[in-house]
Amino acid sequence: MKALGCVVGLAAAVVSPAASQAAPPLPPFSVVVKDGVATIPAPLTSEPGDPKAGATVVVDRQLGNCLSCHEIDVLRGEEFHGDVGPPLNGVAKRWDTATLRMIVVNPKKVFGEDTVMPAFYRVDGLNRVRPEFVGKPILTAQQVEDVVAFLAALK
Amino acid sequence: MSPRLALCAIVLLAIVGGAVAIAWGRSGPERPHWEGHGIKPPDKDFPLPEIVSGYWFRTKETQAIQDDDFNNPGFFAVEQGEELWSKPDGAAGKSCASCHQDAATSMKGVGAAMPKWREALHKPVNLEQQINICRTERMQAEPWKFGSAELTAMTTYVRFQSRGMPVRVRIDGPMAPWFERGKQLYHTRNGQLDLACASCHEKNYGRNLRADFLSQGQSNGFPVYRLRDQRLVPLHERMEGCIFDVRGIPYAPLSDEFLALELYLAWRGTGLPVETPAVRN
Ligand code: HEC
Ligand code: HEC
Repeated sequence: MKALGCVVGLAAAVVSPAASQAAPPLPPFSVVVKDGVATIPAPLTSEPGDPKAGATVVVDRQLGNCLSCHEIDVLRGEEFHGDVGPPLNGVAKRWDTATLRMIVVNPKKVFGEDTVMPAFYRVDGLNRVRPEFVGKPILTAQQVEDVVAFLAALK
Repeated sequence: MSPRLALCAIVLLAIVGGAVAIAWGRSGPERPHWEGHGIKPPDKDFPLPEIVSGYWFRTKETQAIQDDDFNNPGFFAVEQGEELWSKPDGAAGKSCASCHQDAATSMKGVGAAMPKWREALHKPVNLEQQINICRTERMQAEPWKFGSAELTAMTTYVRFQSRGMPVRVRIDGPMAPWFERGKQLYHTRNGQLDLACASCHEKNYGRNLRADFLSQGQSNGFPVYRLRDQRLVPLHERMEGCIFDVRGIPYAPLSDEFLALELYLAWRGTGLPVETPAVRN
């Protein structure tokens, strides 16, 4: 990005103070590659995930807002299901819990760099994040576990 | 004026109802039929298979308001711009009309070709910037603030003189690096949600993002009248909103970054008719 800016002589327009945002890392978790697919077998927290709390996170526009991209029939009581991603009905039949956790934490590790699905538990490698969100993942570790418990019940 | 206002209010209600109704996704009532309403891209390497105006992604009710000049609330800005056109301002005692006479002839086609290269400044300028250059340099008047009713009205009025004309910008010569920069910014992810313009407007137009039906993010209707805000919204404010919504830090209106993006957006809309003032929900 910087290199291009210099080449075209727009350096002033390119280097912005917000571009490099150092954030303290999240607590570590282990990614295990199983049959060529990245997974996170161990829960991120000691408290088991609560599928009911997970449903709230999936709906809430300030939290998961998963409905902005996914249709989920068990949540039909909610208006406005998007279709940018596939419907999540029966998703637990397609992916095991360890892979679902990886998908929520960082879907790029499962679907590739081009996916438009955001990483919900990641703070690095982001560009021009608004100050109030710097260093914070979209979801807390517990909220990730709750969402994973919700997804794991979509059989 | 007042029957017109009353009509607007009625149609506005219809629209809000319509917007709520279409946003149901695959399972709900029909979505706008945008397919087949596009124009052919200029060449085979173009990033879009067809170029479709944002008009076709809105409900029939919203389209109807845009189609009817007497009902389209954006015309208040056209009228305001027309008044300002011949109103002297600044130490030189001049108005726009002093130099450009009749806007219907002198401004025809101008808005369809912006941003344009300005050799004296060694950079391209968009319509808002050109208006303020005229104000400061020729009229010796204060520049209008971005987002002010005056600047947006004048931008709307001047762009309106190109209504129906195809968008066509130059991207060669000194414009080339600005075009490349705009293209790069269009594909750069922003914010905590890590989404680029292309994530929504190139990969996912024609799909619902919760209550929003995604268009190609074309710029041919700007400034657009937003029924939700009940005012005209300039292009750079719309782009600010899109970056803010992914929890990113927007670039400043009229910054070089947004200017580069504006150029790239205009090119992505090559051949679309100028629709200013378009109407959006
Ligand atoms: C901005 C869009 C977007 C958001 C928001 C989003 N997703 Fe996704 N999701 C996708 C896309 C697109 C895919 C398909 C994978 C691909 O092609 O990149 C996907 C795939 C998935 C899959 C795999 C589905 C399958 O059948 O294989 C799961 C599970 C999933 N998402 C869960 C979630 C959850 C849970 C949330 C919220 C916490 C969420 N998504 C939010 C876009 C999104
Ligand atoms: C998270 C999704 C998302 C991203 C990312 C996004 N936009 Fe948008 N944009 C929208 C939505 C939703 C609308 C309103 C509905 C529509 O026209 O698509 C919109 C509308 C627009 C419009 C108005 C189109 C019209 O006809 O009224 C423009 C122009 C635009 N976006 C440009 C951009 C640019 C430039 C970027 C990147 C800097 C960007 N958008 C990033 C979601 C997004």
